[in-house]
Amino acid sequence: MQATDFGNPNHVALLVQQIRAKTTRPWTIMEVCGGQTHAILRYGIDQLLPDSIRIVHGPGCPVCVTPIETIDQAIQIASTPGVIFCTFGDMLRVPGSDGDLMQAKSRGADVRIIHSPMEAYQLALAESNQTGSNRQVVLFAIGFETTAPATAMAIRMAKEKNLDCFSALVCHVLVPPALEAIFSDENHGIDGLLAAGHVCTITGYHSYDAICNRFGIPIAITGFEPVDLLRGIWNVVEQLESQPRNDRVVNVYEHIATIQGNAHAQQTVDEVFALCDQTWRGIGILPQSGLKLKEKYALYDAQKRFSIRSDRSTEASPCRAADVLRGKIRPVECPAFGSLCNPGNPLGAPMVSNEGACAAYYLYQSIKEDKSQDLEVDR
Amino acid sequence: MCLAIPGQIVSIDTSGTLRMGRVDFGGVIQEICLEYTPEIAVGDYAIVHVGFAIAKLDLDRANEILATIDQLPLG
Ligand code: SF4
Repeated sequence: MQATDFGNPNHVALLVQQIRAKTTRPWTIMEVCGGQTHAILRYGIDQLLPDSIRIVHGPGCPVCVTPIETIDQAIQIASTPGVIFCTFGDMLRVPGSDGDLMQAKSRGADVRIIHSPMEAYQLALAESNQTGSNRQVVLFAIGFETTAPATAMAIRMAKEKNLDCFSALVCHVLVPPALEAIFSDENHGIDGLLAAGHVCTITGYHSYDAICNRFGIPIAITGFEPVDLLRGIWNVVEQLESQPRNDRVVNVYEHIATIQGNAHAQQTVDEVFALCDQTWRGIGILPQSGLKLKEKYALYDAQKRFSIRSDRSTEASPCRAADVLRGKIRPVECPAFGSLCNPGNPLGAPMVSNEGACAAYYLYQSIKEDKSQDLEVDR
Repeated sequence: MCLAIPGQIVSIDTSGTLRMGRVDFGGVIQEICLEYTPEIAVGDYAIVHVGFAIAKLDLDRANEILATIDQLPLG
């Protein structure tokens, strides 16, 4: 049973009309969420918009920005005898400097796909109750602010139960520092921003005011359904077209996200994690843009538990992921797109994950003809 | 993996260490952790991400949004 219908073609048509009526100049609007990237391509929202509105995709896919060193560490840990390595399915085919987790699995590593960090915790709990087992369960903890509370709960529970067969390879990243890095580049070329609704559902959206003011970029907190996305775009266009400009952060995901966010989730994240500098694949090191385990949870740090090499991994390829992730080019503008690089032979992470921008363009470009049929609106 | 989807709370179980609930996603029932949404009740819609309910969907507000769109002038 569906709660609400945020994909109704009549509503879509009405919103597209408002946007068309408002738009007098070219605008570039960035979104930073893999779910939004997919919805935009899947429903052909980019095709419905006036030609002068260009949608670009920021570093909104946590799989895509997980640094190659971390993928290499994951493969090393997963390949350690006695380890049960738990990961979200999207990470399996992300290329490290030498192979991926899928290849490690086919060589015999016990790599398991999970849908929630709690599954890894439950597995560890079961292991600890099994006499004679000395297997180690390792959680590959990636994701943005939306996912960090789930990891934090798994780790908090592991500590409460004194589980010594559980640890996490943590690579959680935070959206606002990445946006600051992108907008600090004078030539960023972005006029407006759709902020990811689910990230804000957890964190609230206080921190976006500073970004809006500092960089003069109107921001709409936006959801994932066609109606949500179009309301976000409409709001940003309205702000961009208003004279004089009065750039603000506006929540158009108000049926779900609140300005304070989820205090319970924030508390658990604060209990378990501290801020740290973090490398983003394709972007580089961004200060205070990641989460690391606090000292009292250091026992659950897989990097410490397994003595892993940390050679500097290198990336040698024609991949333009760095430009895609900063919204400088769209995937189709990468020379390797669709030829050298495709989902069967991905050169970069954005072509692997089903939330990556390159994979989304590849998938939906090939079904373009059918694309706008679900949402018929004449241009 | 980043996706968060709405589901309806079918039942709530507070007997264990964590507040858990059974959530109906269009006919598929899943066990979800409700620890971060203590305000949520049976019948409510929750936004669920990687096994956790992260927010309550305010249905009245959602319907108001759709009603406002219905009022928009057709070009
Ligand atoms: S199309 Fe492939 S090579 Fe080009 S940026 Fe995307 S992942 Fe990299």
